[in-house]
Amino acid sequence: MSAATPAAGLARARRPRRSLAWVRRHLLDGYALLALTYLFLPISVVIAFSFNNPLGRFNYTWQGFTLHNWAHPLDYPGLSGALRVSIEIALLSSFVATLLGTLIALALVRYRFRGSSTTNLLIFVPMTTPEIVMGASLLTLFLNWKIPQGFGTILIAHVAFNISYVVVTVRARLVGFDRHLEEAAMDLGANEVVTFFRVTLPLIAPGILAASLLAFALSIDDFVITYFNAGTTTTFPLFVWGAARVAVPPQINVVGTAIFVVAVGGMLANVLWQNSRGRRSA
Amino acid sequence: MAWLLLFFVVPMVYLAKMSLEQGLFPLFSFSWAWSNFSDAVSAYRPQFVRSIEYAGIATAVALAISYPLAYWIAFRGGRWKNLFLLLVIAPFFVTYLIRTLAWETILSDNGVVVSVLRDLHILGADGRLLATAAAVIAGITYNFLPFMVLPLYVSLEQVDPRLIEAASDLYANRVVSFARVTLPLSLPGVFAGVLLTFIPAAGDFINAQLLGTPRQYMIGNVIQSQFLSLRNYPTAAALSFILMGAILVLVMIFARSLGTDRLTGAGV
Repeated sequence: MSAATPAAGLARARRPRRSLAWVRRHLLDGYALLALTYLFLPISVVIAFSFNNPLGRFNYTWQGFTLHNWAHPLDYPGLSGALRVSIEIALLSSFVATLLGTLIALALVRYRFRGSSTTNLLIFVPMTTPEIVMGASLLTLFLNWKIPQGFGTILIAHVAFNISYVVVTVRARLVGFDRHLEEAAMDLGANEVVTFFRVTLPLIAPGILAASLLAFALSIDDFVITYFNAGTTTTFPLFVWGAARVAVPPQINVVGTAIFVVAVGGMLANVLWQNSRGRRSA
Repeated sequence: MAWLLLFFVVPMVYLAKMSLEQGLFPLFSFSWAWSNFSDAVSAYRPQFVRSIEYAGIATAVALAISYPLAYWIAFRGGRWKNLFLLLVIAPFFVTYLIRTLAWETILSDNGVVVSVLRDLHILGADGRLLATAAAVIAGITYNFLPFMVLPLYVSLEQVDPRLIEAASDLYANRVVSFARVTLPLSLPGVFAGVLLTFIPAAGDFINAQLLGTPRQYMIGNVIQSQFLSLRNYPTAAALSFILMGAILVLVMIFARSLGTDRLTGAGV
């Protein structure tokens, strides 16, 4: 760090003038600020337009400030149903994916079994497959097996694409795991089941929690794969897609903003809490 | 494991079989119809080329935007690194489609950006941003940005600052020490980021649909409409496979051109 700061550079080689050094020092800061502004530009538009009072069916031009949309967030036909489906699928699919993914991760890290390298590949490939290809292939399967598309097929599809992410996340936690702790528990008379629930599980719990949150976020935001396998069922992203063709009600912005605030608020609280804890222990 | 086998491998096999079938909906019969592939390529060559082109440009722009940002967070972020990372990811908690619709608003004909560019005569009096290739590429760049920033950050964060100090002790100036120390050490992150951005970008159809016109349509749009509107499953399946194959080949060329295959192991 120290060599990278202009102060050290100033003392050493070329001794540029102070003002120049100041510009150089803050060039990157300014750039980062610009980049972050760019990242937040569309979000601020989304939030601003959630307070818009559009005249026609399209919420594209600013007409006037209103709180009406926030007072009646679900006051648009089909919206609340779509949102409920999205939440149900996200909860169920992240639960199933986390359960199965954690077991796979445990098996992969703990045991060398026949086909474990194939398994590794199988975990990796879905993450590098374009969503559209995965959606199309699942649809082909459901068509061939004559499974009617709907809630069930969406759920299966979401679990399928979430498992890989869960495995990768949990495995990262397991790799740094000290197995001596398990041995110690066994030495103290715990059997395998007790050891697993009292030692192993609590230690990898943060990884499992992170994985399930990731799975939830991926599921609730997924459009492409859902689009291929939904049949007549509508999730929130599908609802937005359908709406975008005929009208864009500001309620979409309200719901989008609400999800954003909840998710980011939670993460922000976590970061700040860890930061303050880190400072206290330091 | 069985789940993945059942709902990833088996569908892929069905997709492969479907790609070799012939006939009209709903009667398809299996017939080793390799012509599906050649027909698909000759019919949709422009969309294929466009997909690779748009995804390539978007990936390059995303790399250019993300590298300094990731560098800044890794080396200047200090205690607030996690907070800045959160700020990078935060916008992506707004649903993908809503984000893209927001870009539609920003770039729309009576939006601020267009009017400023018209006043500056960068755009003609009736110039547009929406419905151009630039809009689609911009949308793709924005939507997949975190896939670029995060791997870059991870690899830059691991660069030992003492190595950079050592370089400057050995009389390397800042440019040289960046080019000879920091950059090579962050290559695995570059590799992973490019991969994670390019793959979804090449298959994307949402940006082209919302921010472009049929003249900007990419291969994803074709697959989507062949599958869901026209119900021409064999052609759609063949197109899916060609897309996957093309991505695979490009990724391998890219890995080779970065010079090392061990990066493949280190990346992602």
